[in-house]
Amino acid sequence: MTSLPKTTAKKMGLVIDLDICVGCQACATSCKEWNTGGYSAPLSDHDPYGADPSGAWLNRVHSYEVDNAHFKGTVHFPRSCLHCDNAACVTVCPTGASYKREEDGIVLVNPDTCIGCKLCSWACPYGAREYDHDDGVMKKCTLCVDRIYNDTLAPEDRQPACVRACPTGARAFGDLNDPTSAVSQSVKDRDGFNLLDHFGYEPVNKYLPPRKGTQHAPQITEGCAPAPLDPSAAGGSPMEKLFAWADKALSGR
Amino acid sequence: MHPAYSVIFFTTSSGAGYGLLFWLSWAQIMGRVSHTQWPFIFALSAALALITAGLLSSTFHLGHPKRAWRAFSQWRSSWLSREGVAAVLTYVPAGLLWLSGITRIGTEWANHLAALSMVGAAVTVFTTGMIYASLRTIAAWNMRLVPMIYLALAASTGYALWALYLVAFGVLTAGDAGLGLILLGATAAMKWHYLRRIDGAAPLSSLARAFGWQGATITPLDPPHTRPNFVMREMGFQVGRKHAEKLRKIMFLCLFLLPIALIAATGAALLPAWLSIALAVLLIGIGVVVERWLFFAEAKHISQIFYP
Repeated sequence: MTSLPKTTAKKMGLVIDLDICVGCQACATSCKEWNTGGYSAPLSDHDPYGADPSGAWLNRVHSYEVDNAHFKGTVHFPRSCLHCDNAACVTVCPTGASYKREEDGIVLVNPDTCIGCKLCSWACPYGAREYDHDDGVMKKCTLCVDRIYNDTLAPEDRQPACVRACPTGARAFGDLNDPTSAVSQSVKDRDGFNLLDHFGYEPVNKYLPPRKGTQHAPQITEGCAPAPLDPSAAGGSPMEKLFAWADKALSGR
Repeated sequence: MHPAYSVIFFTTSSGAGYGLLFWLSWAQIMGRVSHTQWPFIFALSAALALITAGLLSSTFHLGHPKRAWRAFSQWRSSWLSREGVAAVLTYVPAGLLWLSGITRIGTEWANHLAALSMVGAAVTVFTTGMIYASLRTIAAWNMRLVPMIYLALAASTGYALWALYLVAFGVLTAGDAGLGLILLGATAAMKWHYLRRIDGAAPLSSLARAFGWQGATITPLDPPHTRPNFVMREMGFQVGRKHAEKLRKIMFLCLFLLPIALIAATGAALLPAWLSIALAVLLIGIGVVVERWLFFAEAKHISQIFYP
């Protein structure tokens, strides 16, 4: 049924720390590897090694230069389904293939009933759904529903592939409905925010903003200063001074 | 938004078909035609053929056309599903009216069937417009005016075909031409108002607003992929925007101005009615396809803020 559940018992989701994400693409690659063999299989590619490669990926990492009042620098921004509480992608679905689970809030597509009309991808403001041209159905992040409850995996592997792969610990997985969970705590402590909050889709996934930069440039203390690179500035022997003079003279026109 | 040809053909063809069904049913109720006459049966067949061709073409862009029947199930929440249900339900009175005309059985019910066909046609076109109007992600579609324009264009294009029917049998009156002028003029005014609104609209969001960092300058450094993906191709259609100004002029000329001039020329006895109506139908057909193409090509999707 494509009507949304009024509430969900749990709100399983991701908390992504934009302060420490290094944009290495490990989450995107790991996601692709797991899902092309898991629930979303096949996650097809076209011309993957050619001049115009394309394919269905469930996680994409953008890199931006941000110039803000309290932060200047590079922000790497992983973008995937945010498992919204108010998910219009679910309500527009004409077949009931898109649904939000009452037990844990995960938004899924049933690949056996999806007709591939693509309307859900139009309804998603995050561009999180990608159509699989070979399979003829819509694909999206499943929050690795085939890992997180999978008893055949070792307990440490029962988390989304992207979280397991992240080398910097920028991605965390847990129940955002439970205020005592580690993910909820980090959202509280770090002013976690909703992507496109003003749009009102109430995403479950949260992002943690980059921390405020230091106010002062680091001071290099005496004795640690690297050797000056400009030869003309060097003290040195008469020979070095001669070379420095020659370098300067030749550098002129 | 990417203008899929199947969807352009579907919405224009079925729109004209439902419009013609509406006016034929109206004429039946007004007692101007009888549903047992062969010209009427032929025209009703044409309307149903346009509707059916459109509906079939709409399944061509599906990944799994054989599963299309599932789309009738979610009418509680989905306008696309409501459209499917309304389209199928409209076949019932329209099909029975057609059958009654051929077999001359149950002719006393013809006006009831015609009334139901009128309601069905209007509801189906309205639901088509609402599929687009319900998408908050696309500012150029998310307005009440959108289903109104879908209704007005279906009524206008259907009326053009109805006028062709009338002129073919030599029964076109000055009143019929006048109603055509009013319809075209009102639709043109709505479309003009619509274009002014989408041109003046503020963007739905920005990258800085998406992150909640008001005032921040955010410039793309590295894209997530080297070539365009599905989201960029489906939602980030750009090719037509540079031609939009020219195409808007073509649309207004073909869809409204030239047909209005042709009908006025007939009124002034400068052109024979059959020639002006035939030319007007042709021009309106071209104009409505351009209109629908622009409706998609000019619409911007909010997800494109993430891309440079």
